[in-house]
Amino acid sequence: MKHLLSTRDLDRETAVSILDIAEDMARTADREVRKLPTLRGRTVVNLFFEDSTRTRLSFESAAKRLSADVITFSAKGSSVSKGESLKDTAQTLQAMGADAIVVRHHGSGAAHLLAHSGWIEAHVLNAGDGTHEHPTQALLDAFTIRQRCYGADSRGRDLSGMRVVIVGDILHSRVARSNVWLLTTLGAEVHLVAPRTLLPSGVETWPVRVHEHLESALALDVDAVMMLRIQQERMHDAFFPSAREYAREWGLTAERFAALGPDTMVMHPGPMNRGLEISSAAADSARSTVLDQVTNGVFIRMAVLYLLVAGSPEASA
Amino acid sequence: MTGLLIRGASVLGQSRDDIRVRDGRIVATGSLVAELDERVIDAEGLVALPGFVDLHTHLREPGGEASETVLTGTRAAAAGGFTAVFAMANTSPVADTAGVVEQVQQLGEQHGYATVRPIGAVTAGLAGERLSEIGAMARSRAAVRVFSDDGHCVHDALLMRRALEYVATFDGVIAQHAQEPRLTAGAQMNEGALSGELGLAGWPAVAEEAIIARDVLLAQHTGARLHVCHVSTAGSVEVIRWAKARGIAVTAEVTPHHLLLTEELARGYDAHFKVNPPLRRDEDARALREALADGTIDIVATDHAPHPAEAKECTWAEAAFGMVGLESALPVLQSTMIETGMLGFADIARVLSSAPAAIGRLEGYAAPVQEGVPANLVLVDPSARRTWSTDDLRGRSANTPYRGIELAGAIVATVHAGVPTVLDGVVRPAEEVATAASAAREAARG
Amino acid sequence: MTARTVLHDADIRRALRRIAHEVLESRRGDGRLVFLGIPTRGTVLAERIQRVVDEIEPGTSSVGSLDITLYRDDLARTPTRAPAPTRIPDEGIDDAIVVLVDDVLYSGRTVRAALDALADHGRPRAVRLAVLVDRGHRELPIRADFVGKNLPSSTSERVSVRLAEVDGAEEVTIEP
Repeated sequence: MKHLLSTRDLDRETAVSILDIAEDMARTADREVRKLPTLRGRTVVNLFFEDSTRTRLSFESAAKRLSADVITFSAKGSSVSKGESLKDTAQTLQAMGADAIVVRHHGSGAAHLLAHSGWIEAHVLNAGDGTHEHPTQALLDAFTIRQRCYGADSRGRDLSGMRVVIVGDILHSRVARSNVWLLTTLGAEVHLVAPRTLLPSGVETWPVRVHEHLESALALDVDAVMMLRIQQERMHDAFFPSAREYAREWGLTAERFAALGPDTMVMHPGPMNRGLEISSAAADSARSTVLDQVTNGVFIRMAVLYLLVAGSPEASA
Repeated sequence: MTGLLIRGASVLGQSRDDIRVRDGRIVATGSLVAELDERVIDAEGLVALPGFVDLHTHLREPGGEASETVLTGTRAAAAGGFTAVFAMANTSPVADTAGVVEQVQQLGEQHGYATVRPIGAVTAGLAGERLSEIGAMARSRAAVRVFSDDGHCVHDALLMRRALEYVATFDGVIAQHAQEPRLTAGAQMNEGALSGELGLAGWPAVAEEAIIARDVLLAQHTGARLHVCHVSTAGSVEVIRWAKARGIAVTAEVTPHHLLLTEELARGYDAHFKVNPPLRRDEDARALREALADGTIDIVATDHAPHPAEAKECTWAEAAFGMVGLESALPVLQSTMIETGMLGFADIARVLSSAPAAIGRLEGYAAPVQEGVPANLVLVDPSARRTWSTDDLRGRSANTPYRGIELAGAIVATVHAGVPTVLDGVVRPAEEVATAASAAREAARG
Repeated sequence: MTARTVLHDADIRRALRRIAHEVLESRRGDGRLVFLGIPTRGTVLAERIQRVVDEIEPGTSSVGSLDITLYRDDLARTPTRAPAPTRIPDEGIDDAIVVLVDDVLYSGRTVRAALDALADHGRPRAVRLAVLVDRGHRELPIRADFVGKNLPSSTSERVSVRLAEVDGAEEVTIEP
């Protein structure tokens, strides 16, 4: 694997092997020494054009556990905000010896552009591009679902037979896009629930079932419900009338949560808007995987960094 | 040498004739014998067409000289077989006063590659709030007849009504950039399954069609002339067809890129394919080709929109809209319309020359390649084929979308007002053209 | 391609039994034994040796596996490979006598990586090394404590260990 840009590029075998390697990485967390020497001497650059402390810390932690040298470059307050282009920034980082660039950018396609423009040689890992994709988030979600269902018996398994419901702002969600492609590749059945204003055009061509009402989706025997974050600015853009109406129609309220099956897990990529898309009853319950997702994020990112960076460039091309 | 003799050209792709040019005019056609003081151009196997007229060019001067100037833009025009271009008003300062339009027109005259007819802004500063100095521009030396806020839509219905009524006073036409601004806030590409997948904000067809529908009704109501810029959807074609059937005074243009290219090209996030209006679906491109063939769409205009490299070498959302298109216009038309049998070269003379000249009230293009008309000519080699590259461009910017695409047809020679601007496929140096153009003007004044 | 068989199934069985006895003899005091095989074939050999030890002195030893993929010093020169699982017995390795088991000892780099990996799991009282075949050509100052067979070879020769659990055959061959 040269780059990780989109979960569309992953076949079932590759996706399962990433989850399996993440299992190996997870094992190292209970050891006396958590650090692995695997990427000693390699340089991983976190290039963040968009603020996201959680994702940045997760990638930093993953790279450091693998003994890579980590350079973090936040665009705010740097030359980028003074008009330096993505191209110049990337070439500068390459000149500093970056083996991999983890890029988070507000523009859809930014990671794709870095990988395919010919500007740089480094491996590119998409840490979220605009409203396009966020592949490591989807991988950690899949890992979390698999682990909750199969525990120690997870290795080698896909998500066949699982039913996952994704609720909320599908239109603007890179998490939703990456999850739709990955979860279906892994054999899961994916359902989307959103007001029609927050569904992307062409969603009928996606390998999913779309519901306009949360009840009809939750009435199915659901393995996981994934609630997406509602961004504040969506409320100003009249995608729905009010926060109260959104919470009532599409939020995982305490009542809806109580009606879920006993084994249904509740997922959220964070940060949560409590009382809007998710109630505290759901967020704080034992069935909530929110903190597991954070923990597993490090293992998934270790696995992906290992796969991208450890091998020789020729061998992995 | 004072004259030109073009030998053996196929005029409008039909009869084989010689053409004699003297003092800026075509003085004879038929079977002619070369005279001593004539430059002879061997045009065996070439098609002679009237010089092309582009009703939609961005020359960028004043203010955008890093992308293009009147000199470099008209040089690109000459390379593409154009002898007249209408320069869009979105310069800096905006062409909304007599002073700016006269300056642009005068620069064009001085360089001599092509006639430059400035387009005046409809609203002051393109701000969409109040009318610009339309009368002053119409009565200036530039004699502006086409008014457009291109790049912006005149979206206020009342302002559009007033503009249509007011320019009619000066025999003018409003060239509308049809884009409902609220429906396209932040829009990046055609709205559809692909925009949903790529996570790029969609640009719905209805945003264009709704404005065109409103405007043709306003044109009917006011009795004024409306021209629709760069039509891009099958639905827009339907609206225009309906309006024409009702006798409304509407004309429409399509760009070469909307005839050939489709939204699929956005898949690689290469911003060279980012343009306003966006590339649409395959069925839209097909509808546009059919509409051009059946006359629903009157003309082809390039929307030549030069941008510096850095405006395209960035993420899609940050990149500028637009592509250069003067040099590639005829090759794209030959590839999409002629080689498919949808148009002949006589039709090309109409859609690329006489019809746009008529809409813009530009004289001298009504009767192509005849004795007595101004010598604005282009010689096309229809057998040429080449893989397009930035080496084929003659302007200042390189943002062509056709890199690596094979296109048919090549411009071998261009003659502007009797002065050759392109010979043997090579653009003549600026000083030679400027000197010859100046001498020709002196001679014409007698 | 003329592969010559240097150990047959009976030879392998005898060699492993001998190693099991030697390990027990070498153990001073009552130290707990942990056999850790290096995947893939080292894991199989460790299990077989531990089974013999357990027959002789039941309950004094345990077995697991130690993957070294993430510790290799040639990662950058080879295609990326998926790691194999590491299984450390529940009692851990602190104060145990760890016997690393591998099929072939060659440059010594695998063993170096295994020693690094081991240190990240705890602090054994002692670490020993058992191999089925020692073919020479060391690049590091490492030697085996228990050897099934010393097999002088040229670097151009290829030594292959096949085990029933992994390969469906039971032999060690050498081919030019």
